[in-house]
Amino acid sequence: MTDESKENLTEEWKPKIIAFLCNWCSYAGADLAGVSRIQYPPNIRVVRVPCTGRINPFFIVKSLAYGWDGILVSGCHPGDCHYISGNYVARRRFAILRDLMIFLGIEPERLNFTWVSAAEGERFAKVVRKTVENVKSVGPNKIFNKEW
Amino acid sequence: MEDIRIGVFICHCGTNIGGFLDVLSLVEYTKTLPNVTFATDNLYTCSEVGLSVIKEKIKEHDLNRVIVASCTPRTHEPLFRSTCQEAGLNPYLFEMVNIRDQCSWVHMKETEAATEKAKILLSMGVAKASLLQPLEKFTIDINPTALIIGGGIAGMTAALNLANQEFRVILIEKEQELGGLLRYLYKLYPTHDNASKVLEIRNLVENHQKIKVLTSTEPVKIEGFIGNYKVSVKRRDEIYDINTGIIIVATGAQVLKPEGLFGYNGSNIITQLELEQLLKENKINVKNIAMIQCVGARNEERRYCSNICCMTALKNAMLIKELKPDANITILFRDIQTQGTTYEEYYRKAREKGITFIKYIPEKLPIVKESNIEVYNDYLNQDISIPYDMVVLSTPLIANPDSENLAKMLKVPLEENHFFLEAHVKLRPVDFATDGIYVCGSAHWPKDIPDTISQAYAAASRASTIISKNVLEVEGAIAEVDEDLCIGCGICIKICPYNAISKDENGIAHVTEASCKGCGLCGATCPEKAITNHHFTTKQILAQILASGGK
Repeated sequence: MTDESKENLTEEWKPKIIAFLCNWCSYAGADLAGVSRIQYPPNIRVVRVPCTGRINPFFIVKSLAYGWDGILVSGCHPGDCHYISGNYVARRRFAILRDLMIFLGIEPERLNFTWVSAAEGERFAKVVRKTVENVKSVGPNKIFNKEW
Repeated sequence: MEDIRIGVFICHCGTNIGGFLDVLSLVEYTKTLPNVTFATDNLYTCSEVGLSVIKEKIKEHDLNRVIVASCTPRTHEPLFRSTCQEAGLNPYLFEMVNIRDQCSWVHMKETEAATEKAKILLSMGVAKASLLQPLEKFTIDINPTALIIGGGIAGMTAALNLANQEFRVILIEKEQELGGLLRYLYKLYPTHDNASKVLEIRNLVENHQKIKVLTSTEPVKIEGFIGNYKVSVKRRDEIYDINTGIIIVATGAQVLKPEGLFGYNGSNIITQLELEQLLKENKINVKNIAMIQCVGARNEERRYCSNICCMTALKNAMLIKELKPDANITILFRDIQTQGTTYEEYYRKAREKGITFIKYIPEKLPIVKESNIEVYNDYLNQDISIPYDMVVLSTPLIANPDSENLAKMLKVPLEENHFFLEAHVKLRPVDFATDGIYVCGSAHWPKDIPDTISQAYAAASRASTIISKNVLEVEGAIAEVDEDLCIGCGICIKICPYNAISKDENGIAHVTEASCKGCGLCGATCPEKAITNHHFTTKQILAQILASGGK
C-alpha cells in the first residue's frame, strides 16, 4: 500500500460543495456569519448570482458532472426576494429537478435548497453544517464515473 | 482574440486575512493560474496606498482585468470599480474574491484548509475574470411631468404636493368633477371637521398654474417606461396623448351597495354613505337606529376588513347623538377595530355617550324584520330583539370595477380583492415593481382620509425622486436577447418580474434596458439560450463551476 492511499484511509473524507448564493440575501447572510465570526466547515465554494432565479438547473447538473460532491442553493425567504418573484421561480425549478434526480438514481442529499436572509448569519452557518452532513451521508460523487 | 491580462491583488486586511490564511502562498499559487499576468499582496488594498498600487500596476503591466481578493463585494466592489475606472479600465472588468467574510473569518482555527479554500476561490475568480466583458451604464432622459390618475383626495393631494415642488402635473378624473368619495361625506372622524372643508383643496388644485386638470377623462392605452411614459386618454370621445415621466394611480374605491343583504331598501334600511347624505341635509327624524357592521365583508366572498367602517359607524352614531340626544343607537358588531391612541379614545367616548354595542357572531347573523332586529347576543348567550326605525348597514369599500382594465394597461398586479398590489409591503410600500408607477389611497386598499393623505405624500415623494432628475443612470449588467436565436416563444416575457421584455414587430423578444434589473430569470428560463445575462453569463458561471472541478 502506498503512503498516499494509507493517508486516504485514515484521513476523514472532506466533501466539496459548490454554493450558489443570491447576492441580496444569502450572500449577505454568509458575510454576516463572517462578521460575527461564526465558524463552519471549509467545504463550500461560493458562486455569487444576482438571484436564485438566475440558476439554470443545468448549472446543477453540470456541477455534478464536473465532480462536485454536493450543491447548496440559497436565496431570499419567500416573499423577500429582491427581484419580487425570482425565488419562487427557483423553488419550482428545484422541486422538479429534485424529483428528476431521484428518478435518475442520484441521491437527493446532494442537492440542498434553502433560504437565508441577510440577517441570518447563524442560520447560514447552520445551513452549511447541515449541507456538509447531508453530502457526507451519501459519500463522494461517483455518478458520472461509474462503469456500466 | 483579446489577450487577457489579469492582475490579482490579495489583501491581508491587517491580520483579518493575513492572520489566518497564508497570503504569500496564495500569491504564488495565483501566479500559476491561466491569464494571470501579475499577482501581489497588500496590507490594506482599500487604503490610499493600496488603491494607487492597483492603478500603477494596471498601467505598468497593461492589465485588462483586475481581481481583488479581500472582503466582500457588497461593501467594497464600488470602490475598486471606480479605481479601475480611474486607471482607464471599464469597471465591469473588475472581479472580487471574498476571502475574508466567507473564508478567513469563518475558518479561524483551520489555517491550512482555509488557505486551500481560498486558492480554489481565487481560481474561480480568475476563471470568471477571464470571461468578463466591458459593459456600459447608459442614461435615459426623464420627462419631468407627473400624470395622476384619479382626482379624489389621494390624487389631489399628490398633485398639489408635486406642483408645489414646481413639477408639471396632469390630473385626470373620469367623473365630471374632482373630489371622489369625499364629496358625499358629511363630517370626518376623529375631529368632526366638515368634509367640505377638506374638499377646499379642490380650489387649490384647479387654480394651480402647474396643474392641468382633465375631468371626464380616462386612460385607454399606456406605453413606455420610467421617465418616458406615453398615455393615451379619452375625453368626450376624443383621444389625446400625454407624455409623462411617472404615473400615480389614485383611482380610489367604491362603497359596496348591499343589494339583498339585511333587507337593504335605500329608504329606512340604508348604507353609511346614504346616512351621510341624510346628516348633511339634517333629515334624521327617527329615534331608534341600529347599525350593522361587516355587511358583505369578512365573509367567504370578501375576506378582508374594510378598515374604515368601525370608525365611520362610531362617528355617525356620535353625530346623531349630538343632533338628537334622545336617540337610541345600537351598533351590532363582530369586532370593533379602532387602532391607535386617538381612535381607541374615540371608541371610549362613543360608549360614554350611551351608544349600545352588541356583539354578534358570523354563524348567527342578525335578522332584520319589519320593525325589529333579532340577534343572538354573544355576551349574554341569548337571542334578543332590538326595535328600529332605521337600519344603517356598514358596507366595505370595494375595488373599482375598472381597476382590472387599468392594471392591465399599466402591467401592474392586483391582489385577490382587485385592489392594486404594491411591490413590497414594507420595503416599497407605494411603488410598483414596474419603475416610475406609484399607488396611493383606496385604490391600494380601503383607507380613511388621514391614511390616504399620508400615502399620497409618500407617492408624490417617491415620484419626485425620479422626475427631479434630468437623466437616470441604468445598470449595465442586464439582459440581452440574441435576435437570431430567439424563436418568440414568450416564456421570458411571462417570467420577467418587471415587464421589461416585450415582442417587437417581428415577434422577437426585446429587452427594455431602462426597465431591466438584471435578475437573470429570463436567461435561466430561455429554452433557446438566446438571452445573455450580462456579468452573470452562463459561460462565466460554468467557468467558475469548472475552475476547481469539485476540488
